[in-house]
Amino acid sequence: MTVTMAKALNDGLRAAMEDDPKVVVMGEDVGRLGGVFRVTDGLQKDFGEQRVLDTPLSESGIVGAAVGLALRGFRPVCEIQFDGFVFPAVDQISSQLAKLHYRSQGRLRMPVVVRIPFGGGIGAVEHHSESPESLFAHTPGLKVVACASPSDAHWMLRQAIAADDPVIFLEPKRRYWEKGEVDDDPPPLHNARVLRRGSTAVLACYGPMVRTCLDAAAAAEEDGHDLEVIDLRTLSPLDLDPVFDAVRRTGRLVVVAEAPSSVSVAAEVAARVQEQCFHSLESPVLRVTGFDTPYPPSRCEDDYLPDLDRVLDAVDRAVAW
Amino acid sequence: MSVPHDWIPANTPGATVGAPPREHVLAGLRGTDEGPDLVQLLTPEGERVACPAYDAHVADVDTAALRALYRDMVLVRRADREATALQRQGELGLWVPLLGQEAAQIGAGRALQPGDMAFPSYREHGVAWCRGVDPAALLGIFRGTDHGEWDPAATGFHLYTIVIGNQCLNATGYAMGQKFEGRVGGPDAQATMCFFGDGATSQGDVHEGFVWAAVYDAPVVFYCQNNQWAISEPNERQTRVPLYRRAQGYGFPGIRVDGNDVLACLAVSRWALEECRTGNGPVLVEAFTYRMDAHTTSDDPSRYRLADELELWKLKDPLERVRVHLVRGHGVGNDFFDELAAESDELAARLRAHCHAMPRPGPERIFSHVYAEPSPELDAQRDAYLAYCASFEGGVR
Repeated sequence: MTVTMAKALNDGLRAAMEDDPKVVVMGEDVGRLGGVFRVTDGLQKDFGEQRVLDTPLSESGIVGAAVGLALRGFRPVCEIQFDGFVFPAVDQISSQLAKLHYRSQGRLRMPVVVRIPFGGGIGAVEHHSESPESLFAHTPGLKVVACASPSDAHWMLRQAIAADDPVIFLEPKRRYWEKGEVDDDPPPLHNARVLRRGSTAVLACYGPMVRTCLDAAAAAEEDGHDLEVIDLRTLSPLDLDPVFDAVRRTGRLVVVAEAPSSVSVAAEVAARVQEQCFHSLESPVLRVTGFDTPYPPSRCEDDYLPDLDRVLDAVDRAVAW
Repeated sequence: MSVPHDWIPANTPGATVGAPPREHVLAGLRGTDEGPDLVQLLTPEGERVACPAYDAHVADVDTAALRALYRDMVLVRRADREATALQRQGELGLWVPLLGQEAAQIGAGRALQPGDMAFPSYREHGVAWCRGVDPAALLGIFRGTDHGEWDPAATGFHLYTIVIGNQCLNATGYAMGQKFEGRVGGPDAQATMCFFGDGATSQGDVHEGFVWAAVYDAPVVFYCQNNQWAISEPNERQTRVPLYRRAQGYGFPGIRVDGNDVLACLAVSRWALEECRTGNGPVLVEAFTYRMDAHTTSDDPSRYRLADELELWKLKDPLERVRVHLVRGHGVGNDFFDELAAESDELAARLRAHCHAMPRPGPERIFSHVYAEPSPELDAQRDAYLAYCASFEGGVR
């Protein structure tokens, strides 16, 4: 049976809440409304107001209170309504959530998940289309993952909730309504996954760009290019062994992400591949990303966001190097 | 100022003070009831009632001025309805309706002087109107062609702020600047007005704004439109006490005004701004009103609130009471209303035509204005992307 990513997440939350009475869901409009993307639909009705909290409108409060609940043995799953609203919470995330295990020499655990719908492509107003993952991946103490399919959404969320470290859980909002099967046998949370084998070049991507890269690989067949597509899935820690392996076979890598390229996850992938695979590279590692600008007005987002054309253009450049 | 027993029934347990019983909800008293301190000059039935504390602040409002206030409300409502329709037709990606909050916004907006500054959230289309920002200039944000195309300095109307509550600190800093430059207490005094909603009162930025404004005696009016709903969350998710009473804890006055009474909103706003100009700022004004439409066009209020509630608030409509008062109290005849209806239609038609004609920004817009000073690195990104676009047939991707 196929389900949408939003439903797969909803089912994952429900399963996690059934498995562990200490799992609580908290955020703005997550209760009666079921979240603005309906990811928490029906949970408050079934689990009550003490396990699904319609919180005051304050993101710093959501994460700061989640830290306190975690100190008391709960496993909070926070929802930040949109990527651009996470910044008031970044103080609590960076100063407390990410550091308490370290500061307490392991005495305190922070099994907190912060779910963030991220990325563009939905024609939204300002602050609703951002990709802040590099900020969190740059914060030691946090784990950062991004799902790209309903199956990963379901299982990665359950794995993140079960984990004893804080996890920033990024959900590609423009893919919420895409459907897919939920597998029976999920890979571990912090593994990259080869989605398509290829011999010409490798596309490394995550979140909303996975669908874009799979489409690009399908289109590239017409040009005789056989592209490998790897869904990174975990941005901190990175799992780059499958990427190294593929680069050693193909010699070419294009990293694709919506976020600005400078000082980004994509930049880190490029740097590590050049450290590990220098002699295998037939061309420089190329990045296809958003630009180093604020997210533009939405009528410009088709230009801002990497698409099939820009990915294939980079492949052509890598092949022609 | 009343004491707690006025608004907390004696047998109410503390933890549920904020949660209203159903009969209060249906009576339009959601969250924190209107209480004895609500400033009202014009009843929902259109009757002018004496209000000794504030009457003097609207003593100059004659028939012509009242007609002008009514005209403002009719036109901003019509622009709002037209923009909602444009969103439904796919011309706008989103619209944030102001329906029901016309009096709260026009009363405050018309109290501002040209030298004052206003910091809106994202629903202040009525305040924008009063600051001379054409409704057409608001459409770009929601069509996705810009992030706000008016000049904040020239209009005295800052850009819309979408991140909830951010503007309260910005407004406070601006007001501190007015004070540091000596624009308080003299003939050329200025003030700042900061607009936000009931949901925003939970944000740290709002509380920090209150603290800073109090500490620096900043000439800022914090104007909270309590429309009862923060998307799906009612007042009781944000507060136990009526919001205006929060001010007391920060050390400045808080006033609750009937936010559907344009005359009362004008009077209280004028008073509050004058307090600020004379050095008695800050002031908190809570305009008690109701969001009669959805949070945005993406929202479906039927999932979380009672239809009866809206029906009861319709009886308190901000426009209708002024219309009745103009007819009965000022002898205003049909000609005025007919002309206004025609003017509304013209405004709507102009907005629609403007929206259809708005050009899609070119890709160079992505890179423009990121920095005030040149950025060769970014210029190179722009040039590379434009060259890439030019490589397509016809030079367009």
